[in-house]
Amino acid sequence: MGFCWPDQVPLIFERSRKGRRGTLAPRREADPAALFGAENLRKTPPALPEVDELTVLRHYTNLSRRQVGVDTTFYPLGSCTMKYNPRVLEEAARLFVGLHPYQDEGTVQGALRLMFELGEYLKALTGMDAITLQPAAGAHGELTGILVIRAYHEDRGELKKRRVVLVPDSAHGSNPATSAMAGFEVREVPSDADGEVDLEALKRELGEHVAAIMLTNPNTLGLFERRILSLTEAAHAAGVQLYYDGANLNAIMGWARPGDMGFDVVHLNLHKTFATPHGGGGPGAGPVGVKAHLAPYLPVPLVEKTPAGYRLVTDRAKSIGRVRSFLGNFGVLVKAYAYIRLMGLAGLKRAAALSVLNARYLKELLKKRGYRVPYDGPTMHEFVAQPPEGLRALDVAKALLDEGFHPPTVYFPLIVKEALMIEPTETESRETLDAFAEAMGRIAERGLADPEWIKGAPYTTPVRRLDEVKANRRPRLRFGHRE
Amino acid sequence: MPYTPHTEEDIQAMLRALGLSRLEDLYAHLPQDLLNPPIALPEPMDEDALLRHLRDLAGENRAGKVFLGGGVRDHFIPAVVDTVASRGEFLTAYTPYQAEASQGVLQAIFEYQTMIAELTGLDVANASLYDGASALAEGVLLALRATRRMHVVVSQGVHPEYRAVLATYLNAVGATLDEVALDGDRTPAFPVAEDVGAVVVQSPNFLGRIETYGALAEAAHAAGALLVAVVDPLSLAVLRPPGELGADVAVGEGQPLGNPLGFGGPHFGFIAVREALLRQLPGRLVSMTEDAEGRRGFVLALSAREQHIRRAKAKSNITTNAQNAALRATVHLAALGPAGLRGVALGAAAAARRLYQLLLEAEGVAPLTTPPFFAEFALRLPKDPAEVRGLLAEAGFHGAYPIPEYGENAALFAASERMTEDDLLAFARAFFVAVGG
Repeated sequence: MGFCWPDQVPLIFERSRKGRRGTLAPRREADPAALFGAENLRKTPPALPEVDELTVLRHYTNLSRRQVGVDTTFYPLGSCTMKYNPRVLEEAARLFVGLHPYQDEGTVQGALRLMFELGEYLKALTGMDAITLQPAAGAHGELTGILVIRAYHEDRGELKKRRVVLVPDSAHGSNPATSAMAGFEVREVPSDADGEVDLEALKRELGEHVAAIMLTNPNTLGLFERRILSLTEAAHAAGVQLYYDGANLNAIMGWARPGDMGFDVVHLNLHKTFATPHGGGGPGAGPVGVKAHLAPYLPVPLVEKTPAGYRLVTDRAKSIGRVRSFLGNFGVLVKAYAYIRLMGLAGLKRAAALSVLNARYLKELLKKRGYRVPYDGPTMHEFVAQPPEGLRALDVAKALLDEGFHPPTVYFPLIVKEALMIEPTETESRETLDAFAEAMGRIAERGLADPEWIKGAPYTTPVRRLDEVKANRRPRLRFGHRE
Repeated sequence: MPYTPHTEEDIQAMLRALGLSRLEDLYAHLPQDLLNPPIALPEPMDEDALLRHLRDLAGENRAGKVFLGGGVRDHFIPAVVDTVASRGEFLTAYTPYQAEASQGVLQAIFEYQTMIAELTGLDVANASLYDGASALAEGVLLALRATRRMHVVVSQGVHPEYRAVLATYLNAVGATLDEVALDGDRTPAFPVAEDVGAVVVQSPNFLGRIETYGALAEAAHAAGALLVAVVDPLSLAVLRPPGELGADVAVGEGQPLGNPLGFGGPHFGFIAVREALLRQLPGRLVSMTEDAEGRRGFVLALSAREQHIRRAKAKSNITTNAQNAALRATVHLAALGPAGLRGVALGAAAAARRLYQLLLEAEGVAPLTTPPFFAEFALRLPKDPAEVRGLLAEAGFHGAYPIPEYGENAALFAASERMTEDDLLAFARAFFVAVGG
């Protein structure tokens, strides 16, 4: 098997012919010089393509055929939760697209109610007391959450001494990057032999100089931090706030809550756990839930329920301010709301359990085919494997493309050499998992027997391996750049 | 169960393969105190019931013709934009890490980068940011990195919400921010001190007025600072681009290009810079390159700037951005072309000018914005604009956003090429009633 790809697709600019027109848009007689003053006018128009509408449609349709997504392909990209995005969610979002964020509050009561209710659901699912829906993505949520913690310490007069954020060595790269953006120094905490945070090493790092710990649970090895209650207790005793990176919430949705584990702040990736599509790199949404003591610092605006209806609150003395314009990625919020209403608690719990079942089942299949699992504990929604000795993760990933599968995340987490981080999600069937494992088995066998073959993969994709060195040395970032 | 393919037989067989008997066993190693917390959620619904429920919710909103702005307006969107952007290959892909299977998204981003560079008259653009406000924050942080300075001056003409987001981001890194008050509807000339890393101006500014900031850019450069311009991408079809006016960094809200109002999101933010600042850009960048057989291909480039490689030393923490909204803009710009886009931009500006003239005929209404302006303008009303906005809504129009920061009873209006002469007249009639009563 494999994919069916269209041939080389020229750039839209290369299809341009002078004088050719596309979609007919509304227009109005106007004299630009009279409207704007001659001195403000652009002398040469932007060199946008001049193409007819069919050419536009064919061009992007054929580009889409050089692209795989969950709709076309099993996409077990670890830490990304590439589950099916039910299409009714798209229809749900379309019901609200005509609203403007500056409308009178009395005319957007349905939209505000949806936001309020979604906030209540997410609070219930995470065990948090207050929530903001403003952040536009997971990393944006991280920044928001860390700034809330920063404001809390500042308010208590402790920010000057609490300069450090601790992250495990298995953490997502966005965790240290976020901490740095919030002006903190980052220190890494090692993992223990089982792949969980080394609790003793962490305790040694704790103290009055530490502002927060950022953790993912289950962590990026797919392992639930079993000592989480001792960990959060020790941290709180040292005045340290606990941040939960929600990238892996899918594993425990409804079964256990970060709030009950002792976390003070949680961000969620609605475009992962709550089935809203990732769009090839967004837009997503990254709501942030907090415990009551941090609620005063949440960004504005917040949706409030009053006897007279829903309203937006912007006047909050201790708030960190705004993190995004308007009301956040509202359209993504509608999809997450719709998903929760479709599933109910029982549906969410079952989805979580099946995501774990699929991952565990696939792990066993791969182990039988020579793949190694260095931290082979009770993994949950994902696991990290290594290819058989002698094979490289990158080569296995590229060979998978010829088999018609999107590869797992590779070379992450950093603590596993040649890492293949695999997250099948709950929406994949047993047959798909079996077929993927068979393909992985074929690749391992042939790759070991024929090293030249695997180094050359992929062979059937629209392009072969790309010259990244050239792209980095002499980046060409637009049509005609450096020609 | 919805959206999972497992039969009971599958589940039993898979559990057996793991030596387990129930799904609950998958959670047996968690601390037992944590398991199965009481969570109150509504009962699940089928798809039809869900849509009924959501239509009811949407029915609690009040539709109407939208004469509101703030950088987000009701512009024409070609139908082909929805067709392309809702294709599953684009909609359900992740960030294009595996280039060989992601040429569609990668090439679309490359085309988008080209279009943004063209519109802004700058050398390079990234793959997108969250929105206009965070794009401004990223643009200013970029300027501070490039100048190694920690002080910023921003015009009051910059969108108030963007300034608020900027303040949040700057506070986080310990940089300081000064504001320059508008003189009427324009940013006055002001001296730029030697410690300033970025000077920020918006054109058309929040009151709609087109600002000529060439002299300000020169003053900024003379002091060793960079000029960051907040721009309306649609206006750049007809107005002088920031690259020509001396801006080093251009940022903005992409909604007017192919994205619906959507209650303020999701949309996308854009950023473009001069070549010398290329390696300071945050977020994804796509470069053209070649494959092993010499064929043209596209790949994520310069990722050593990014969080997944550089971790704490990254230029930004951004990962997921707003690719599908940026794709909408790409298709929108291709479908309209330079002539179509110019027609839309002129149509919007002409409609706004006509509306301005109509509304000024009302008694007690005074202009806060003077021409030239683009698609938005501000007026001083004879009464509380919040009340006027409410009365307009009852008449089926959304307009008159209160902007008290810019004066007593100040309100913001917008128009677009979608409004016919009848629409403008009908709005004006409702406005006369609302301000007169």
